[in-house]
Amino acid sequence: MLAYLARRLFQSLVVLAGLSVVFFALLAATPGDPVEVLAAQRPDLLPEDVARLRALYGLDDPLPVRYVKWLRGVLRGDLGYSRTYSQPVGALVARRLGATVQLAAAAFALALAAGVAVGVGAAVRPHSAWDYAATGLSAAGLAIPAFWLGIVAILVFAVWLRWLPAGGMMTPGVEAGVPAAVDRVRHLVLPTVVLAVGGMAAWVRYTRASMLEVLGQDYIRTARAKGLPRTSVVRRHALRNALLPLVTLVALAVPRLLDGAVVTETVFSWPGMGLLLYQAVLGHDYPVAMAVLMLLAAVTVLANLAADVAYAAVDPRIRYG
Amino acid sequence: MSSAAAVFVPPWRLALRRLRRHRLAAAGAAVAGVLTGLALLAPWLAPAPPDRSSLAERWLPPGRGHPLGTDELGRDVLSRLLHAGRVSLGVGYAVAVLVAAVGTVVGALAGYHGGWADTVLMRAVDVLLAVPTLPLYLILAGLLPGGGPVRVVLILAAFGWPPVARLVRAQVLALREEAFVEAARATGASEARVLARHVLPHTVGPVVVAATLAAGHAILSESALSYLGLGIAPPTASWGNMLHRAQDYLWTAAWLAVAPGCALALAVLGLNLLGDGLRDALDPRWRQ
Repeated sequence: MLAYLARRLFQSLVVLAGLSVVFFALLAATPGDPVEVLAAQRPDLLPEDVARLRALYGLDDPLPVRYVKWLRGVLRGDLGYSRTYSQPVGALVARRLGATVQLAAAAFALALAAGVAVGVGAAVRPHSAWDYAATGLSAAGLAIPAFWLGIVAILVFAVWLRWLPAGGMMTPGVEAGVPAAVDRVRHLVLPTVVLAVGGMAAWVRYTRASMLEVLGQDYIRTARAKGLPRTSVVRRHALRNALLPLVTLVALAVPRLLDGAVVTETVFSWPGMGLLLYQAVLGHDYPVAMAVLMLLAAVTVLANLAADVAYAAVDPRIRYG
Repeated sequence: MSSAAAVFVPPWRLALRRLRRHRLAAAGAAVAGVLTGLALLAPWLAPAPPDRSSLAERWLPPGRGHPLGTDELGRDVLSRLLHAGRVSLGVGYAVAVLVAAVGTVVGALAGYHGGWADTVLMRAVDVLLAVPTLPLYLILAGLLPGGGPVRVVLILAAFGWPPVARLVRAQVLALREEAFVEAARATGASEARVLARHVLPHTVGPVVVAATLAAGHAILSESALSYLGLGIAPPTASWGNMLHRAQDYLWTAAWLAVAPGCALALAVLGLNLLGDGLRDALDPRWRQ
């Protein structure tokens, strides 16, 4: 197991290193650069100034040189300097990371809990009204674009009903104590639900399918035949085995959750990494874009690794050598 | 006709029969078909040219003359919605075809050739499947300037083929060992011919299912990119970019946000239902 873990960690590092080259090359190939953005804002800059800035920022160096410079910085713990935000990338990303983790974790927990509960409920009573409602709503949940759901949610709950704020993470001026906590939660509700819907729909489908498959097995019939009550068969015998394959899907859900976060944060002006990445790509703020991209990639790669390990831990039939 | 000949029904016809009996799939096909038809007939159905703006008719709520109202430039929303369908659905279908083609080629190469080709191609697939795609779309959108549909199709297809490749590879790996493939090889058919005539036809079913679902997915991705302002550029209308400014006008012109989203959800729902139904219809385990 340890040898397996070590090998997988090494493979993950290779994948991440490869991705960093790809990301760096793609970003560098993008037309336009930070100095151009600056020059567009400052018409008083002379061409000589622009040339000097380019040299100062190292933009005239060949691509491999720039990459090695960036990599050397990262290995020393220096992620670079954001020219858009005029601050070190590390501090900037760390602050944004908190906001994204808050949103993504809340949405993930909601999606998983509600999705599994509804999916099990649907599988236990197949072809009931409840089952049809669950499958129908999950089909709709997978088809509705998240950003549009966000817009509609803002329209209904912020514009018409005025129950919840339309975006942002907090009301300026509400700083401390219970009012601040309530304010934070009120800002969190809409983005969380919107980000959770797509995942929830997927969990309903996986859980229902997995549960139906398990409920058709012989050992379930045996358990029922020996007179066990239905609820205890479902809870003790079926649920455990039905949820096993879902462990792997948790990891595969991570990239989709992060995709959703980019869009959801943009819709709700949530000051997280998705919004940061979007603005960094538009503004040619490459150190920021690289930091966010590599962080997203690392989280995804690690989630995949964790899923394989967790799968071996919960399923005694699986052994990694 | 002899009785034996009368009993034999080609498998694809069986599948079609099952599909027609699959009510949800039929409904999905109908929804997707109607929306596609409306989009194709847009130039004749639309009450006005999609780009004709009129300063006197800005911000009109839905009503007579403009069933879905007008936007910030006084353009007729219904007309734009119909024409946007051509772009959004067209992008979806084009990506589906490309994804199916590239995925089949890569999957067949990896599965049939094996060895280093298999290792290299499948590692690439693993990596592409493990990375969140939207950030990649964002970079590529910055890399390829312009706002045309072809560009969006290329961006989406570039990262859409891995699931199909994995699917085809698994099928080819299993088929490669089948007796009828060995028989074909024994008759002296070339490897390319065996692959093209005997192996790949059996992968068409799953690929069609995957392509149908990929079309829905591509429509969603296009709308997200266009909503972010990185996909289809105005004045060309797509369902996604019609929503790009709609959020700014929610307080004054909420109707702008409703119709494109409904069209998107309906189209994707239809394609998803059709894809799920096709999967059921083509699944041999389902045979009664």
